[in-house]
Amino acid sequence: MTTRTKIGAALVFLGILHGLAIFAGFLAPYPYAEQHREFPYLPPTRIHFLHLRPFVYGWAEGREDTMHSYPVQFLVHGRLFGVREPDVIFLLGSDAYGRDLFSRLLYGGRVSMLTGLLAAVLSLGLGLALGTAAGFHGGWLDQILMRGGELVMALPWLYLLLAVRAFLPLHITTVQAFFLLVVIIGGVGWVRPARLIRGVVLSARERGFVLAARGFGASDAYLIRRHILPLTLGVVLTQATVLIPQYILAEVALSFLGLGVGEPVPSWGNMLAEAQQYHALVAHRWMLAPGLAIIPVLLGYLLLADTLLESRNR
Amino acid sequence: MRYIGRRLLHGLLLLVGVSVLSFAFAELAPGDYFSELRTDPRVSAETAAALRAQSGLDRPLPVRYAAWVASVLRGDFGYSLAYNSPVGPLLWGRVRATLLLTGTATFLAWLIALPLGIWNATARGTWGDSVSKVVLSCLLAVPDLLLAIVFLVLAVETGYFPTGGMVSPGWASLSAPERVLDVAWHLALPAGVLVLGMLPTLVRHVRASMAEAIDSPFALSARAQGIPRQRLLFRHLLPAAANPLISLAGFSFGTLLSASLLIEVVMGWPGLGPLFLEAIMARDFALVLAVVILSASFLVAGNLLADILLYRMDPRIRMK
Repeated sequence: MTTRTKIGAALVFLGILHGLAIFAGFLAPYPYAEQHREFPYLPPTRIHFLHLRPFVYGWAEGREDTMHSYPVQFLVHGRLFGVREPDVIFLLGSDAYGRDLFSRLLYGGRVSMLTGLLAAVLSLGLGLALGTAAGFHGGWLDQILMRGGELVMALPWLYLLLAVRAFLPLHITTVQAFFLLVVIIGGVGWVRPARLIRGVVLSARERGFVLAARGFGASDAYLIRRHILPLTLGVVLTQATVLIPQYILAEVALSFLGLGVGEPVPSWGNMLAEAQQYHALVAHRWMLAPGLAIIPVLLGYLLLADTLLESRNR
Repeated sequence: MRYIGRRLLHGLLLLVGVSVLSFAFAELAPGDYFSELRTDPRVSAETAAALRAQSGLDRPLPVRYAAWVASVLRGDFGYSLAYNSPVGPLLWGRVRATLLLTGTATFLAWLIALPLGIWNATARGTWGDSVSKVVLSCLLAVPDLLLAIVFLVLAVETGYFPTGGMVSPGWASLSAPERVLDVAWHLALPAGVLVLGMLPTLVRHVRASMAEAIDSPFALSARAQGIPRQRLLFRHLLPAAANPLISLAGFSFGTLLSASLLIEVVMGWPGLGPLFLEAIMARDFALVLAVVILSASFLVAGNLLADILLYRMDPRIRMK
């Protein structure tokens, strides 16, 4: 496989995964907070076929009620599929409140992946600005930024996140919590990209065409915009593929620990926290689904990062 | 010696910087232990204010910082309001438990990663290398959080392993060898998860640096001179590939306190992680600060250790 097809395959794969989360409102049969209290911990619904038409049986007394069958309806109520009340269709089972795990998984992916993306944008933006400033300006600014960066790097990453989170208010709304997470994760992560970008800028500053442009009287802003920023593109892209999965994991960890996005809004982290009661988990295996959902996302980004790094080293 | 002294000073300055910064940050933080206390209706505003004055939280920042540094030097690390005791004694038992877990896991992970990475580097292009590459990549994509939960479920199902904690009830009444065995039995699962989590990164680095050494011109000439394969690998190539690995080992050492936080929380290991989390929830800033400083000193010490080792091992660095 050539590098191009590998990158293309990884991008398509990731695109599909992100698409699933983006279109959660259409693909998920239920809203994320809709409770079916009469069906707690329902196992994944089995889909049966009659002449290629899918249908599901009702649920009574802990097993399928073959007396009542309900056809799976498509494109009803603005959603891709669903079944008529009073029956339910839970592709991945339900949780303690009878909420559809499949729907929550899709909506939760939205929160987790968006946190990763936004936080990566934030930390790369900060890293780009500070790294370019440090590398291009040099002198005292460089000293201050790099020493400051060392301070941030002197703490183990997860501990740093938790410590920053510790000093911020605990009781906040879910929307505030989401943006707080993005700001913390992104704000703490600027150091590594900034150092790498600084290195690129330092060498770029001495390149022949940059010196020539400077000799012709180009301003600093013009030099940075036209000649130096384009050179940092490779580092920024590879860093993005490394940082996004790391930040998704950070969101999962923080929400899992109860310091991130809270109920009733699902995220893969707080859904996994529900699965933490292992006694419940032994009987209800499907509660592990949010943990498994992370794996393909990480794999996609890993493949992308590896391919990009390989092609850059060649 | 001058080099080591300079590195040491640099590390100390870093720690001072971290402590000042986190102290100031804790100061800016909205709410403290007493405001969390106020959510309890039995505690009046006056009581909270009086308690705050008593614990010295109303004194100016530099005074409190000086007091804190003095207490760190005494080994107390400040006063935990939630536990109503100095932080130091709270920490040491937890630190021991965490170090036991991460130390064992790190040692095992390196023990597996070194031969595996070296073998992978020599066997590049064969199916064995490809298989191990794919397996390790997949392992890298599995969050250790998930691994920990899955292992826990397996422990519950099979009953071969305990489902949390570090010792069985009635541990104190066991004989010495039984005690060790009991701890080892509790250690197996969390340490296993940690090893699986560390392995992919370690093997990758070992493989990459060994591959670079194998491809270098001196390796070719050494082989041409008829140096036996084993001797070439371990006496010539491994030292040449050691530099990045020493840095990595320093980092491994540095994260000893912090690598296992999630696993400790999930598996109920009585280490630093759960304590840290409780401190955050209770807004017990003295405890948070102590854990932060402690973990930072480990990381700084790890880097320092790697620097010193590199300095001893590599004459090129000494020349600079």
